[in-house]
Amino acid sequence: MQKKEIAINVENLSKIYKNGVKAISGVSFSVNFGEIFGLLGPNGAGKSSTVRILSTLSNLSDGSAHIAGQNVTKSPTEVRLLTGYVAQSTGVDAWATGKENLLLQAQLERVPRKKINKRVDNLLEWVGLSSVSRKLVKTYSGGMKRRLEIAMGLVHEPKVLFLDEPSTGLDPESRRKLWNDLKYLQKQKKITVLLTTHYLEEADYLCDRIAIIDKGKIVAKGTPSDLKSKISSDIVTLEIDNQIDLASNILTNLHGVNSTNVEDDKIVLQVNNGKKILPSLVLELQKKSINIVSFSFNSPSLDDVYLKFTGHRFEKDN
Amino acid sequence: MYIFIFDTLQLLKRHTLATLRLPIWIAVTLIQPVIWLTIFGQLFQKVVEIPGFDSNSYIAFLTPGVVIMTAMFGSAWSGMGLIYDLNLGVMDRLLSTPVYRGAIIAARVLHASLTVLVQSIIILVLGYILGAKIESGIFGILGILVSAILIGSGFSALSSGLALLTKREENLIAIINFFGLPLTFLSAAFMSEALIPNWVKIISIFNPVNWAVSAARNSISGDNWSAVTFNCFLLLVFALLTYFFATLAFKIYQKTH
Repeated sequence: MQKKEIAINVENLSKIYKNGVKAISGVSFSVNFGEIFGLLGPNGAGKSSTVRILSTLSNLSDGSAHIAGQNVTKSPTEVRLLTGYVAQSTGVDAWATGKENLLLQAQLERVPRKKINKRVDNLLEWVGLSSVSRKLVKTYSGGMKRRLEIAMGLVHEPKVLFLDEPSTGLDPESRRKLWNDLKYLQKQKKITVLLTTHYLEEADYLCDRIAIIDKGKIVAKGTPSDLKSKISSDIVTLEIDNQIDLASNILTNLHGVNSTNVEDDKIVLQVNNGKKILPSLVLELQKKSINIVSFSFNSPSLDDVYLKFTGHRFEKDN
Repeated sequence: MYIFIFDTLQLLKRHTLATLRLPIWIAVTLIQPVIWLTIFGQLFQKVVEIPGFDSNSYIAFLTPGVVIMTAMFGSAWSGMGLIYDLNLGVMDRLLSTPVYRGAIIAARVLHASLTVLVQSIIILVLGYILGAKIESGIFGILGILVSAILIGSGFSALSSGLALLTKREENLIAIINFFGLPLTFLSAAFMSEALIPNWVKIISIFNPVNWAVSAARNSISGDNWSAVTFNCFLLLVFALLTYFFATLAFKIYQKTH
């Protein structure tokens, strides 16, 4: 029995296309209500296929998927009402106005007739398209189209919003605006968001939790910082003004420090978790009245995480 | 059922608005029948003098033929809009809503029918001005319009089904070009049935375009209402079968996509 308290629950999901291509093999993850969850991976990793199955656009080959307790295969209509889907390709009708697009979507998503006009106007206002709502979409810029699409995905106030590569093709400014909008939705509207991305930065900034997907399999999942802390040996560099050998000895014996190297007046430490260990480093040195002049700290990036779990650098994949 | 009709009308509204925003398309659609009627009417006006031709005004003979030909060709392109929707992700967006799947096809067919209705009325008015009198009055006009709408619906559904199976504009264009004209000329659209060769006559028995031509022409003369009824019945079966085919193609599309 599926619990209603879990927004998205995917168990052992597989997808084999008719031409024999295995897009997804045995993917499992779950997303809580109110979370922004990211599927991070290169093109062709199986992200879009997963989202298409969850939004009932594609059939699964094996496993199961539930949205708020509703089975995507057995209750597609319920799932469609619970979810909004914003595709990678545009999906808006270029030969209709922004408002017409939204009105049609609202009607097909079964928004009560009395609420339609107000809802559509509010959404147009929110995405900043009120002034162009009566213009044909073909005159819109890429960023405007994307904002309209997101408004269309939200018109029936879904519990779960699927965004397939939401920031692809957007300039940095539009991307930043989109991120803020999604954070707003999460905070104000308590919407659960599942997004796919191949931008490490996006996953890091936006997502509460991510799953790294590679060749149809999830290779790692957790919060961005959890995943980063799985990378051993952060590099901490301390600049000391006296008693550098004593300091080095103290630090070497500390739990969590893997190695120390003295370079001139600097001590370079390899530690398990830089963020956790930093306060105790400072404390131990202060006990012996050793002053730290400066310190620097290199945290691993999601790119390092990606490398660790997939064995290849991210940039090369894209 | 109510929601199915509601969905169909919403989508029909979308298609109609899009059509009205294509001024060149509207102009060509309106002018083309004028060209058919005047060119063919002038070119073949002596045809009626051939012994055995069962009409004494070629324009009166030609008008129902042009109505049906225009209905058939116009509707045969309706799959193009569907391919446009598939390629641009509009279809995915529609399918991610609870919209009735059948309404997506029904709206396309209805839109084609509406277009056919407007075009047919224009052709009939023009034909009347050029001298094609409809002796059977209002029933004759209704008969022509019904047969045009039925053949239009059938070809629109057929085109939609083919669009969903082939998924490429090029394929659909090739198929329509390959079948369009032969289907028109393997009928009595331009030549009296009494004068067309036997083998063509035999093929035309199975040609929906000829059913429509026959229904329309018999409506104009008002002599043989049973032929009108029978051919309209055949056209209705054709329209229902093609609609069924399109729905099936849509199911296949959704399964394999």
